[in-house]
Amino acid sequence: MFAYIVRRLALMLVTLFGISVIIFVLLRVVPGNIVDILFDAAGFVDPADKANLEKELGLSQPIVVQYFTWISGLLRGDLGYSYVSEKPALQEILPRIPITAKLAGLALLFSASIGIPLGVISAVHQGTRLDYTLRVVSLSGLSLPSFWLGLLILMASVSMFGMMPIFNPNPKTWTEAFAIYAVPAMAVGFRSAALTMRITRSSMLEILRQDYIRTARAKGASENSVNYHHALKNAVLPVITVIGIEAAFLIGGLIVTETVFNIPGIARFLVEALRWRDYPIVQNLVMFIACVVVFTNFVVDLLYAAIDPRIRFGD
Amino acid sequence: MRSVHALGVAALVMQALPDPTFAGEPKSGGIFRIYHRDSPGSASIHEGATYSINIPFMPVFNNLVIFDQHIAQNSQDTIRPELAESWVWSGDGKTLTFKLRKDVKWHDGKPFTSADVKCTFDMVMGKSQQKFRQNPRKSWYDEVNEVTVNGDYEASFNLKRPQPALLSLLASGYTPVYPCHVSPGDMRTKPVGTGPFKFVEFKANESIKLTKNPDYWKKGLPYLDGIEFTIITNRSTAILGFVSGKFDMTFPTEVSIPLLKDVKSQAPNAVCVVEPNNVSTNIIVNSSNPPFDNVDVRRAMAMALDRKAFVQIQFEGQADIGGTMLPAPAGLWAMPKEMLEQIPGYGPNVEKNREDARKLMQKAGYGPDKKLAIKVSTRNIPVYRDPAIILIDQLKSIYIDAELDVVDTAQWFPKVARKDYSLGLNLTGNAVDDPDQSFYENYSCGSERNYTGYCNKEIEKLFDEQSMEKDVNKRKKLVWEIDKKLQEDVARPIIFHSRTGTCWQPYVKNVTIMSNSSYNGYRYEDVWMDK
Repeated sequence: MFAYIVRRLALMLVTLFGISVIIFVLLRVVPGNIVDILFDAAGFVDPADKANLEKELGLSQPIVVQYFTWISGLLRGDLGYSYVSEKPALQEILPRIPITAKLAGLALLFSASIGIPLGVISAVHQGTRLDYTLRVVSLSGLSLPSFWLGLLILMASVSMFGMMPIFNPNPKTWTEAFAIYAVPAMAVGFRSAALTMRITRSSMLEILRQDYIRTARAKGASENSVNYHHALKNAVLPVITVIGIEAAFLIGGLIVTETVFNIPGIARFLVEALRWRDYPIVQNLVMFIACVVVFTNFVVDLLYAAIDPRIRFGD
Repeated sequence: MRSVHALGVAALVMQALPDPTFAGEPKSGGIFRIYHRDSPGSASIHEGATYSINIPFMPVFNNLVIFDQHIAQNSQDTIRPELAESWVWSGDGKTLTFKLRKDVKWHDGKPFTSADVKCTFDMVMGKSQQKFRQNPRKSWYDEVNEVTVNGDYEASFNLKRPQPALLSLLASGYTPVYPCHVSPGDMRTKPVGTGPFKFVEFKANESIKLTKNPDYWKKGLPYLDGIEFTIITNRSTAILGFVSGKFDMTFPTEVSIPLLKDVKSQAPNAVCVVEPNNVSTNIIVNSSNPPFDNVDVRRAMAMALDRKAFVQIQFEGQADIGGTMLPAPAGLWAMPKEMLEQIPGYGPNVEKNREDARKLMQKAGYGPDKKLAIKVSTRNIPVYRDPAIILIDQLKSIYIDAELDVVDTAQWFPKVARKDYSLGLNLTGNAVDDPDQSFYENYSCGSERNYTGYCNKEIEKLFDEQSMEKDVNKRKKLVWEIDKKLQEDVARPIIFHSRTGTCWQPYVKNVTIMSNSSYNGYRYEDVWMDK
């Protein structure tokens, strides 16, 4: 187990190095840089002024030098300065992380707490009206774009309650604080919950046909015990894999949800930074997201062993 | 004539009626909440070329002079003193001298003096040690030799030749006075001004906060305790926020005509106004390369335009057709309708215009069997993209098969500068409704914003002639002549001048939306809320 963990950690480092190179090169391959955008907004171009600004921002250096400047800074905890706000990148990124983390955490919680039980219910009631209804709900969850759902929720809030749950940095009550995160989390987590539900259902259906389930029933185990103790425990493994992958995909959904609900998290910030070609923000943020995804997958792999005792990692 | 009389009477009646936005004794207090359409790149007005910067940061500053904040139509007659107590032109019209106020302090407590005026304009003219990152309005001051001071409270602009319009340029929201003792870098992130509101914080993509300046030199002002701009890039969310009462006002001049209907139906008490914003949608033509190096093809393209269709489709009829200068009645310098209609392509009979255009195309070698294939390039933003699609459709009527080429904002200007386009659909905003600003910036040989590189020495002489003319009526006639020639030359065919809406809650008082510029009316020192 220990050797496996060390091997995985080493692989993680290699993966992150590869990602850092890809991020860095891709960002520079995209046409235009911050100087083009600044001068575009001003509608004014003087090659000497442009060159001066590129030099000031370090963009005139060879790309390899720029890469090593970034990586060495990153290792020292110096993320550089945002080209746009001219503030330290760390100062810009750090306050936004907890906001997105809360939102993503709540969305995953919503996804698991709704998706898994409904998946089980759908599977054990296969072919009934309830199963069909739940399958329609899950299909709609996969089909509805989260921006549309988000806007629908906002419009309904305004029309029915005369208020809207968009972000407020200083919520006055506990319920307001909950609402400003929970509502967008539900909007973004709905798709994920639908997927979790479908995976749980198909996995449960497969398990429920296994011989040991029949044996458990023959031994007189109650339906609840068979479904939740014997079947779900084994059916949940693919669900965990999906939730791990969903955690990575969530960032895509969060970009839209943070925009619609006006939440100042890292996902929306990343898009804005990309629009401005604010390299220090984009490359550090993408690197951060990559770290989260790689680490989540690592944890999911370790969870396999914890959940399924049959799985052992060879030394 | 009769209708002119009727309009005059209506105007008098309107003046006599009490304006609901001015009703009652002003009340102090309250935070004025506005949503902002995007996150501005910086807080430095001098370095920006978008009202995304002007609107939140104009309340931080003062100018030497300013357009009256409660007269919608900016003109020389509506210019009021601000940091200058008075001004005087020399007899030869080449020196403009300002007497400055002595009771003004910067927000950090330092006194405001003539040195700050000199510093600001030396920097704008590119003559100082400290440099702006970008200096988009440097060309406004091409005729200024130098700014000199006489003691702490007098500053003079010494010109190369008379330029009466200089005062209008100084009255724009784009022309605040900056403090000498704060670097351009700090002004981008923590601006210090003399204005009614002090800068508190600017969180990118989140909010901009201003607070009341208790030591403002206009005693008793401002009425508001502060202004908060919440940055909401999603237009639907922003409008819903206004409708639900989270905001006291929409982002000025940002509500489109179709959206205005939604706002009025969901918030029937909201006060909404629609005004021209002096932004023209136009076509930039690459006349240095085929096929548009052929004047016949250029003219045919201009003649194929059905401007009314653009206005109807995009603005439900609420936009204006004109030349370079903003059309009347909001615009001060627009040529008369009968003169405009003489210009090829502006006549009311679109089919006849297109018939003539097809003849020109045939002369150039194109026809139903040999269509001209081009790309129409434009930015990937709806206000650019939508008219480009209509343009492509209209060009089909004269044997032009055009394809839409959407360009990322970061690539738009470099592409135009490289002349890597045939036709481009472009928007041009004018900060001041004055020919000097428009002509020199967009059509003068060698001007940085003259994207097409149009250069006509004869017209250039007329630019100078109108610029020096003191008699407004004579100047108007010159301006009309120039504008007509620019359209006939297909320098940058103007499609339409847009109008947009602004809404505020009924308790918001003293807001005036300017009718011939969207860059100058945001000081907000006497805005108050009746709640």
